[in-house]
Amino acid sequence: MHPILRSGNLGLYLLAWSPIVYALALLLTGSARLSWPASLAMAVPLCVIYAFVCLSAWYPSRALPLGSGRLARVLVAHVMSASVAAAIWVLTAVAVFAVLRRSEAIRAAVPGIYGLGIVVYLLAVAVNYVLLAIDASRQAEAHAVEARLLAGRSELRALKAQINPHFLFNSLHSISALTSIDAAKAREMCVLLSGFLRGTLGLGDKALIPLHEELAMARSYLAIERVRLGSRLQVEEDIESHCEDWPVPPLILQPLVENAIVHGIANLIEPGLIRISAKPITGGGLSIVIENSLDADAPPSKRPGGFGLAMARKRLSAHYDGAANLFTAARNDTYRAEIRLPENGAANL
Amino acid sequence: MKALIVDDEELARKFLRELLDGHPEIEIIAECANGFEAVKAAAQSKPDLLFLDIQMPKLDGFEVLELIGLGPAVIFVTAYDTYAMRAFDVHAVDYLLKPFSKERFEEALRAVRDRKGDRAPAPAELAATARGSAHLDRIVVKDGSRVHIIPVSKLDYAQAQDDYVQLASGGKNYLKQQTIARLEAALDPGRFVRIHRSYIVNLERVVKLEPYTKDSRIAVLADGTQLPVSRSGYQRLLGLLGGGAEE
Repeated sequence: MHPILRSGNLGLYLLAWSPIVYALALLLTGSARLSWPASLAMAVPLCVIYAFVCLSAWYPSRALPLGSGRLARVLVAHVMSASVAAAIWVLTAVAVFAVLRRSEAIRAAVPGIYGLGIVVYLLAVAVNYVLLAIDASRQAEAHAVEARLLAGRSELRALKAQINPHFLFNSLHSISALTSIDAAKAREMCVLLSGFLRGTLGLGDKALIPLHEELAMARSYLAIERVRLGSRLQVEEDIESHCEDWPVPPLILQPLVENAIVHGIANLIEPGLIRISAKPITGGGLSIVIENSLDADAPPSKRPGGFGLAMARKRLSAHYDGAANLFTAARNDTYRAEIRLPENGAANL
Repeated sequence: MKALIVDDEELARKFLRELLDGHPEIEIIAECANGFEAVKAAAQSKPDLLFLDIQMPKLDGFEVLELIGLGPAVIFVTAYDTYAMRAFDVHAVDYLLKPFSKERFEEALRAVRDRKGDRAPAPAELAATARGSAHLDRIVVKDGSRVHIIPVSKLDYAQAQDDYVQLASGGKNYLKQQTIARLEAALDPGRFVRIHRSYIVNLERVVKLEPYTKDSRIAVLADGTQLPVSRSGYQRLLGLLGGGAEE
């Protein structure tokens, strides 16, 4: 249905026709030599009828969008329908005058009415295109708002998914065991765990945090896992000092560090090593590498992959518009994950 | 009652030991930090009760159970609730979810006492069936006190030997107490074919099929091994190879 009929603006639309009523009346007094009251009495109903005829311009306008690139075809189509509409209008006028037995009076006005009809119809087409454009931009805006909402929601879901519930259960079990074995250590573990959880909650609403904050989160996670795994977990760090303030998405390292534990160290009988390093890339950008020992005999089902990495990739591509990368590779008994961030990563946000 | 504690986390082992302190009737014969130690300890000292973690390095809890091959009462102790169904399929007495309370632990011990005297079915067979629909990705074999892990991708073929199967992998043979029908059921039918009453072959190893008698053929493997192919085995092979690809 036409938006003018739909939105209940019909009165306003008809009011907008008053200049056309005036133009038609002027034409009738001039060519048909009618008195002012008589030509107005004729012009008003004729314009009301034509106003509805012009509403039909909505359908060809919608079917032939301006952006389609075939301007000539669109123009020809509209001029043709304009001539048909104007012809209908002229015939209506002739019929009305014939009923009133004034046929000879209208004859001189026919070319004028026909011309006015075409101009008014094309005007209606133009108005329709404006309405369509407003409609489209409103829809685009609604889409953008929806996309932003969705992005925010998936971000939140991603952050929640970073914290594996089994990590919590295992940590709580360690605390439960420590209460009688080593109460001081149990308290320390509670503090570590709370610190880590508080960090993950607080970071959720930030788009980027400095690398040293992100590393602090990874360290507290590893400290908790060390209570559980004991000497089986060895950690080494090699962070170039001027990388410490580089902005990174919060918790982007978490799935990598967790994979290093769950799919790496936890599958080893002998002590295993997790090595975290960060250095600038020659030519711009930052490279963060997490390497861990791996049980080379573990079946593929115990190898990392899956949800955490996919989420990290999604977040990187959302934050950096495809300019950041996450590479993973397993070689013999070492698994390596590398995040490469672009130089002007912060500029996109 | 002799008990074995199997958990890769030291704290978890200490916790169980502490809880068992109040039970002089239960003697802890060993604490094991991984599946290999558990299989060895169980072979040496036949425990009556097993506290078994599931996610461990090298061998998981179900594989340990499969290898132990006798009927101790089993209490699984894990942070994962996802294995509960499988645990009861292998007739575990109880399934303790970490963290658990002392009361919950006592309840599990009561369940063990109530079950005493019942003859539990052999865990090896049960563990093999409890796998459900997922195909095996490795086979565990006990050889004295040693444990071999054979990834199925390295299994060349298997041959029936009464109640055992002989597994050929990279020129070596391993003997496992399992029927060939059970092994066949656990393997991926898209990769392994029962070509004969007594043989299962890894499809990737087959290089050619040669006629032998009117009704039978011989499959030649990449390393030159020749295996008999029965008529129905040949039909199965053809079905898998998309019909008429060979010969």
